[in-house]
Amino acid sequence: MNAPAYNFAYLDEQTKRMIRRAILKAIAIPGYQVPFASREMPMPYGWGTGGVQVTASVLGPDDVLKVIDQGSDDTTNAVSIRKFFAKTAGVRTTTHTAEATLIQTRHRVPETPLTENQILVYQVPIPEPLRFLEPRETETRRLHALADYGLMHVKLYEDIARHGHIATTYAYPVKVDGRYVMDPSPTPKFDNPKMDDCAALQLFGAGREKRIYAIPPHTRVVSLDFEDHPFEASRTPETCALCGADDTFLDEVITDDKGGRLFVCSDSDYCEKRRGAETAA
Amino acid sequence: MTDTDAPLLVAEGLTKYYGRQLGCRDVSFSLYEGEVLAVVGESGSGKTTLLQLLSTQLAPSAGRVRYRLRNGATRDLAELGEAERRFLFRTDWGYVHQDAALGLRMNVSAGANVGERLMAVGWRHYGRIRGTATQWLDRVEIDRDRIDDPPLVYSGGMRQRLQIARNLVTQPRLVFMDEPTGGLDASVQARLLDLLRGLVTELGLAAVVVTHDLAVARLLSHRIMVMKGGEVIETGLTDQVLDDPREPYSQLLVSSILPP
Repeated sequence: MNAPAYNFAYLDEQTKRMIRRAILKAIAIPGYQVPFASREMPMPYGWGTGGVQVTASVLGPDDVLKVIDQGSDDTTNAVSIRKFFAKTAGVRTTTHTAEATLIQTRHRVPETPLTENQILVYQVPIPEPLRFLEPRETETRRLHALADYGLMHVKLYEDIARHGHIATTYAYPVKVDGRYVMDPSPTPKFDNPKMDDCAALQLFGAGREKRIYAIPPHTRVVSLDFEDHPFEASRTPETCALCGADDTFLDEVITDDKGGRLFVCSDSDYCEKRRGAETAA
Repeated sequence: MTDTDAPLLVAEGLTKYYGRQLGCRDVSFSLYEGEVLAVVGESGSGKTTLLQLLSTQLAPSAGRVRYRLRNGATRDLAELGEAERRFLFRTDWGYVHQDAALGLRMNVSAGANVGERLMAVGWRHYGRIRGTATQWLDRVEIDRDRIDDPPLVYSGGMRQRLQIARNLVTQPRLVFMDEPTGGLDASVQARLLDLLRGLVTELGLAAVVVTHDLAVARLLSHRIMVMKGGEVIETGLTDQVLDDPREPYSQLLVSSILPP
């Protein structure tokens, strides 16, 4: 079968230039949502169309690509996006965080610390942190422009009033570089501290909402909180059943219908690496 | 003349046309600290237009509004930037809507409704925000146990009182009220008026109250302005205008109140 003659990394060069301009602007104004002309991609909205477009635009032939979905390299979304770029760009792919130069992720930041030579691309479903507090897009833009963020704390106040603590556990709002309040995409709040002063460039793409935003390397990212209810990077107080790690973000796996369950690292590569080190030792 | 003797708010020749339709024409007055001005008149007389012009929600076709800021400088409100105007709106001003649903966040708790302005001006201590909100619920006679209920489950009178607490929490110097007792039944109105009168005196608030209810004007205000067809036709001390109206229209208004 003859594969259709795609351009390198699927998107045509003009589209990539357009997206790169949006990315440059996003890097210049950390945390600011830059509108861009999002394209139809050969996948449904909600499957990472924004992330894929950002990846396609920054991907070069020498890059090594890793794709993760909820921390894992082997779930449907991760496998299909990895295959997509292997086919349309012919780039080398990997599952090892340290080997990759470009990592596209859905809802997790890898446990292994990132370096200056890496780019992390997030898939974002809803880029607007104020969306469920203020339904008007015209108004939220004005609030961002005036840095009028009292509303964000109203949400956190409601959490404490209802649950006794800040019950937001994912998509936890952050302030970037002391200016823009940003939705870090639905990553668990456990990952928020990793975004602060991160050595890698972090790019966020929302395909359906047509927005790109960014955190340049070594930028201050502060999770919003109250003085008497400080931010906490919460995790399940268990250890990984496979590698024994007690400092990683865990997934709960149901093992039978009698209430059996175990907790394993959500970052599958990190877990494997730890187990490999154990057996080698 | 010392600083505090200068008027708080000065309207000069305020005029608003909606296309060819007149909203209000050539309204001028000064409002001093601690003074309550009632604007009365029938529906369509330009009362609400005037209130929106004063509170910069509408831009005037002609004329200007000057306001003495907390730092003592008197500025033309049209010259303020949007950020400054918003800041003014959530610190030094209050705006009580006739329909409480416009002035409240109906789906978030009463505590957060009162605390929103505090958080907007930078309060970041949950305990203190909640403490202040509780105090204000007490002051407007809402049971403290209701602090975590959203105004959606409040009665009309409670909503209106919550709206007042939400506006007064930053201790504004000037409050705009658009028919604050509209749509409430007589006993609830009386209670609300009593509360408002107490708060206005206690806090030394200046207020512009728009109402078609002369009883509200009589109870709350020091001075009164009668509007008809977009123009001010009579102005004076409240008791003077209500007891001895000069203009035929004012006489009609006063005489149309049913005797108790």
